[in-house]
Amino acid sequence: MCLAVPALVTEILDDNMAKITLDGVKMTISTLLVKNVQVGDYVIVHVGHALSRVDPEEAKRTLELLAEARDFALSAGGRR
Amino acid sequence: MKYVDEYRDGAVAADLAKAIAAEVRPDRTYAFMEFCGGHTHAISRYGLEDLLPENVRMIHGPGCPVCVLPVGKIEEAIALAKRPGITLCTYADLMRVPGAKGESLLKAKAAGADIRMIYSSLDAVKIAEANPEREVVFFAIGFETTTPPTAVALKAAEAKGLKNFSIYCNHVLTPVAMRAILDMPAAPGEAPIAIEGFVGPAHVSTIIGMEPYNEFAEKYRKPVVIAGFEPLDVMHAILMLVRQVNEQRSEVENQYIRAVTREGNVAAQDLCDEVFELRESFEWRGLGAVPVSALKLKDAYASYDAEKRFATTTIVAADNPACECGAILRGQKRPSDCRLFGTACTPETPMGACMVSSEGACAAHWTYGRFRDHQKTARRAS
Ligand code: SF4
Repeated sequence: MCLAVPALVTEILDDNMAKITLDGVKMTISTLLVKNVQVGDYVIVHVGHALSRVDPEEAKRTLELLAEARDFALSAGGRR
Repeated sequence: MKYVDEYRDGAVAADLAKAIAAEVRPDRTYAFMEFCGGHTHAISRYGLEDLLPENVRMIHGPGCPVCVLPVGKIEEAIALAKRPGITLCTYADLMRVPGAKGESLLKAKAAGADIRMIYSSLDAVKIAEANPEREVVFFAIGFETTTPPTAVALKAAEAKGLKNFSIYCNHVLTPVAMRAILDMPAAPGEAPIAIEGFVGPAHVSTIIGMEPYNEFAEKYRKPVVIAGFEPLDVMHAILMLVRQVNEQRSEVENQYIRAVTREGNVAAQDLCDEVFELRESFEWRGLGAVPVSALKLKDAYASYDAEKRFATTTIVAADNPACECGAILRGQKRPSDCRLFGTACTPETPMGACMVSSEGACAAHWTYGRFRDHQKTARRAS
């Protein structure tokens, strides 16, 4: 039930609903729980409801942190 | 796929594994529990345990909503569904969970009970609207992720003035279950499970935020790192946990910053506070009766409460005695310790709940892990 990947919002509908696409699959979900959802946002969807919005800045920062860990591994590789 | 592919890169995973190997102290072991079934699934699917050094061990936790629901609850749902006039709506994962006498919601449906599989909680409201002559009961289960959608459905039914919609509420709480695991006395003849830290839930944390885990860091001195569900997220979180252990820190850290904020989803929390209140106690598979570990509808919403409307009675039933789900959910055993695993029990013929849901430890191990077991045995033999 919990295995969800971020879905792209493609259309905002009435009554706090929105259309999303998830790996080519289109669905209508409720956005009542996340304020100001916009077309182009990525949202975490669970049982037909958006639970949170993916923050593009923080996503970028995560990739930077991963790169840092990689650099550490490569420099540590010499030691072991 | 954006926000997916970049967190599944195998080369980066291998480098993260090297980073972990460079950080671990050879003179000690590390045991971390991944609470969530979503993480259990990722660990099995991407073979992350094979990437980790020998002295880093992952323990599967009880965070699979279908798995922790005891047999009695399935029996109660089947009994409800068999009553004349009732239409029971349920998430697909629950359909195949075995009840006490080999029955399941799927079999009850085949035998004529009106049971509908739904994807969204709002589908149950639609079914109630379209079938005013039926009493539509939504069998609501799950952790803090699934609770707000149930509240949204209740509010939608209220706004539409539906009189034939009710909720059979079985929502449970993550932090209370984590505490129950840490407070658990050792099983007779067994050492207590040593957990040095938690990979914290991804989606649950989008709702509850970081604060509810503070007690584990402060009181129990266990680091918690909230992690996303992709393989690199999990590896990154394990690296962060190893660093905390080595530096003798116990903090709540957030690896899943792209979706989890410190305060969580406040709108969802407020909605849940409005609708639900704590139950005195709730029975969990594996953990037994845990005080204040679940939610029920507030009195103001009694007319939507299936327990009150249909005067349901509690059914207590035991698991199949050969099924080790209980010990697996407590982190004491692994799927391969069960003698039914892969013989009598497979995803096609599940004997226990952990084999049904794809987040269940047994299903994840059957789908992705069992070949690795063979390879390991073959390697040892050669
Ligand atoms: S393999 Fe089947 S019977 Fe054994 S513990 Fe897992 S679900 Fe239960």
